[in-house]
Amino acid sequence: MEAQKSLKGCEKMRKSSINKSKYGFYFVVPFFVSFFIFGLAPIIYSLYLSFTKWDGFSDPVFVGLANYSRLIHDTFFYKAIGNTLIIWILSIIPQLILALALAMILNEKFIKGKHFFRAVYYFPNIITPVTLGVLFSLMFDWQTGSVNKLLMSIGLIDDPVNWFNSPWLSRIIVAGVIMWQYFGFNMLVFIAGLQSIPEELYEAAEVDGASKFTIATKITLPLLKPVLLFTFITSIIGGLQLFDAPLMLGNGPDNSTLTMVMYLYQTAFKNFDYSYGAAIAYAIFVIILIFSLISIKFSKMNKVEQ
Amino acid sequence: MIANNGIADNVTINEVKTKKERNISKYLGKFAVYFLLLLVAFTCLVPFYSMMVTSTHANSDIARKLLLLPGSEFLENYHRLIDTVPIWRGFANTLFITITSTALNLYFSALAGYGFSKFDYKGKNILFLAVLGTMMIPGQLGIIGFFKLMDSFHMLNTYWPLILPSISNAFGIFFMKQMCDSSIPTEILESGRIDGCGEIKIFHRLVLPLLMPAVATLGIFSFIGKWNDFLTPMIILFDNELQTLPVMIASVKSQFSTDFGAMYVGIVISVIPILIFFSIVSKKIISGVTAGALKG
Repeated sequence: MEAQKSLKGCEKMRKSSINKSKYGFYFVVPFFVSFFIFGLAPIIYSLYLSFTKWDGFSDPVFVGLANYSRLIHDTFFYKAIGNTLIIWILSIIPQLILALALAMILNEKFIKGKHFFRAVYYFPNIITPVTLGVLFSLMFDWQTGSVNKLLMSIGLIDDPVNWFNSPWLSRIIVAGVIMWQYFGFNMLVFIAGLQSIPEELYEAAEVDGASKFTIATKITLPLLKPVLLFTFITSIIGGLQLFDAPLMLGNGPDNSTLTMVMYLYQTAFKNFDYSYGAAIAYAIFVIILIFSLISIKFSKMNKVEQ
Repeated sequence: MIANNGIADNVTINEVKTKKERNISKYLGKFAVYFLLLLVAFTCLVPFYSMMVTSTHANSDIARKLLLLPGSEFLENYHRLIDTVPIWRGFANTLFITITSTALNLYFSALAGYGFSKFDYKGKNILFLAVLGTMMIPGQLGIIGFFKLMDSFHMLNTYWPLILPSISNAFGIFFMKQMCDSSIPTEILESGRIDGCGEIKIFHRLVLPLLMPAVATLGIFSFIGKWNDFLTPMIILFDNELQTLPVMIASVKSQFSTDFGAMYVGIVISVIPILIFFSIVSKKIISGVTAGALKG
């Protein structure tokens, strides 16, 4: 009986050719079910909630565009947008330069211990961002932190610097932590890009007697440009959503390090103004969308020029 | 150097000079490059060294001195920490959530990647584009709706909202589809079908074993991402006993406002497992980042 059954099954399969098409569809269904329940439904529900007044205790009451008109006049939110952009720019530019320089150095043949350097530079990237935030807030504490102690013992400063009392120093510290965490990752991406440049190009340039500097500026950088642009664009999406580490470093003096997502979190889950939080979430989404579109357009314009 | 001297006999003094100068500047250049590399490596490691050293000192010393060498107060700091924060419970909670959601993520990513790679059906390309499109959505867009929806499912303060969404990982599907395209020969599937295996059995017995290298790479990144997850557990879980390690570390900061020793011990407990994990699989992680970068 069993043998007959499996034989029958075999015949059936042979008839229906290679592609068991409906199975392929069944295999991708779990993704969509899970995405609809835990991804799309909450997004749509958030949109609805952003048109209501909801404090988490009573039922949501429809209020139309009230949250959005409040958002347009919310100076805190504008400040948070500005802070996020400043911190992002302060971290991304030095980060990309450092990552590019290190990638080009580590791509040289004579360097020894390549794996060690790559591993050490990449390591901060996998540490829990919250932990890093706490660690750096302790290290930069102005009375007890080790940074001030170190600077004082080597004689760079005489009195401890109150880092988190200055808006710009606070922003630089937040940007520095972000940079410190991500340059290694970008460096690995750049190394992958460098390794895809054909070896013959370098050899030809060396035969022609080009110096290392000429090779770097005339061959490496132009060929690496697409990778650089790609990294820059993807960093916008991540950079505008800064949250974990800045939250641990605090709001800064006069809310100078309050990022957009921190404002969303504090509005919704600290002040229990969930519906206004939903409106902020949508505003952040629109801002990220605009910046992504601008940068995509910009990179396309670059392509046309070439 | 000896070879250089040998050549020097045959050439004019002038040329020797320039050659020597060139050699010197070459060595200087190398020295500068290594100096830069070591300096950056030092900046990467010194916060971790400082964290470990500081966690072994008493609060009075932490507040007054620059600490360069380990002290002997680690256990005292540790006991003050675990008296108020169930940090090992948080560790176990995070481990449980991370392992279960990584397993789900890997299984369903491989399944869907295989479904997109080796089958043909109506609307497949549109569905795949839809999967890729979900990657563009910023993570916190639906967070308020997620919170309210989990409330109405009575899933707040449970692990379900942290684990189940791992089924839908768009990047995982993209990665697995690439791997199926390149490393699963269609002949193997055909021979499985001729032998009368069901489609699910073919996936489990033939496809999944061949995908193991990809599963390992994706698994490492999924594990790290979930281990570091912070916002979702913080808003979904209320009980201290259920909370994850990153949220506990964050709460340590507000609870121990002046007890630096205890805070540093908490940081050490959070970092050391990642350090050990990384030193074991660093080669795999780094080649994984590179592979992901080339695909992107």
